[in-house]
Amino acid sequence: MSFLVDNFTLLRDGFLTTLSLALLSGLLALLLGTVLAAMRVSPVLALRGLATFYVEAFRNTPLTVIFFFLVFGIVYIDLQFPTKFVAAVAALSLYTAAFVCEAVRSGINSVSTGQAEAARALGLDFRQSLTTIVLPQAFRTVIPPLGNVWIALAKNTSIAAGFAVTDLTAVLSRLANANGDQILAVFAAVVAAYLIITLSSAWGFSVLERKLAIVR
Amino acid sequence: MRISTRYAAVALAVGAVLTGCSSEAGEAANDAAENTVAVETDATFAAGTTMARIADAGELRVGTKIDQPGFGLANAEGTPEGFDVEMAKIIAAKLGLSEDQIVFQETVSANREPFIQNDQVDIVVATYTINDKRKEIVDFAGPYYVAGQDIMVAKGNPEGITGPDDLAGKTVCSVEGSTPAENIRTNYPQAQLVLYDVYSKCADDLRNGNVQAVTTDNVILTGLVAGSPDQLELVGAPFTEEPYGIGLKKGDDDFRTFINDTLEESFEDGSWEQAWDSTAGAITGEPAPATPTIDRY
Repeated sequence: MSFLVDNFTLLRDGFLTTLSLALLSGLLALLLGTVLAAMRVSPVLALRGLATFYVEAFRNTPLTVIFFFLVFGIVYIDLQFPTKFVAAVAALSLYTAAFVCEAVRSGINSVSTGQAEAARALGLDFRQSLTTIVLPQAFRTVIPPLGNVWIALAKNTSIAAGFAVTDLTAVLSRLANANGDQILAVFAAVVAAYLIITLSSAWGFSVLERKLAIVR
Repeated sequence: MRISTRYAAVALAVGAVLTGCSSEAGEAANDAAENTVAVETDATFAAGTTMARIADAGELRVGTKIDQPGFGLANAEGTPEGFDVEMAKIIAAKLGLSEDQIVFQETVSANREPFIQNDQVDIVVATYTINDKRKEIVDFAGPYYVAGQDIMVAKGNPEGITGPDDLAGKTVCSVEGSTPAENIRTNYPQAQLVLYDVYSKCADDLRNGNVQAVTTDNVILTGLVAGSPDQLELVGAPFTEEPYGIGLKKGDDDFRTFINDTLEESFEDGSWEQAWDSTAGAITGEPAPATPTIDRY
């Protein structure tokens, strides 16, 4: 136990880094993903094409490759992120947005066409009917798949450890190598820290799902 | 009879063509084969010892790295090659086992101790630095090589870095969880560490100017410099001692003494030097260093 007390600061910092990576990227991915979903159902062909291209490009590229490009690739076109943390947030958000987009789009498709037709009959334009009628209903139905995307994101943050971000996984390799006699304790502590994030969000999502369920 | 002779001739010709085709990998394999130490044919060991158990089982299970050029690097067929692998072959030969009877398992830094403790391997030869914390749960034979932490910089050394003290205020790259990174963090806290998971990323970052120096054991750095000699250079002033040992189960003193004896013998009969020249030495072009002193603690 003394081992965990000695390394508490490091574990806590790793935990906070992982948590902020996940929260920031999750928020950005939710915003970008929603915009993408709106583009994919919009009446403008160019927007639909652009969003479809984005989704196929990012969800079919390994996250590690995206990381690699953002950390080592863009240097060659004279671009650079201010810190590795920002680069990690960018990689995670760009990647996750593609999955958010598809989840939200499935929700939009589940809203019956009568709703959109009624909105149009009332004189609402595309943007108004989407933001005030369709999306609020769509989000309620996609909470479980968004929960999946979020938990996957929380675990995907571990890839940042390979790109100079000291998250929980980086702490794991640092402590494991420095404490050959305590490897099980190191693993247990790091797994517990991940579970704090993922299990509590699983619980949060099920509460949200029950609160917002559409009574049909 | 005539027909079979003809077939034999064809088979010989095909064989010759195949041999001719085998490129660098084949040559490397040939080199390794030439280097193989003579297998002890009449190896006998007292019953109940680890040596007897391994000799009876007919296989030596070795944990090694497969991503360290010169020490343990998997070739295209997945077989590890390098100085660590040669050390394992020397020990196997002394146990009366040929190199085909060695079962290699990949070990990474974080799983070397559990592999030994859980009896998944007999020995670990994996650029494994001997230190006191590790000695509490495993035992070490050796050292069979003493590496030292060094610094790699861009060609021409634009920052004028000559030692660890010059790293203050500079961005320095290493691998998360490695002993060299820990050393910089503790003893040279003014250096700004950038920590990746593999050294090749550090080399990338040094080449594109994101970091000003890369630090780790000299043997790893020389491998990287050999890969791009026009862009990278080694400072060449090691400032720590990293004795590489052979990890084995704690308390197995007979086995440890046996390996230590085997290593000392290989120092004397030249097989150690041969192993160096055909592996790590072939990459760096440096002659074999002086043999280390075995630490029989």
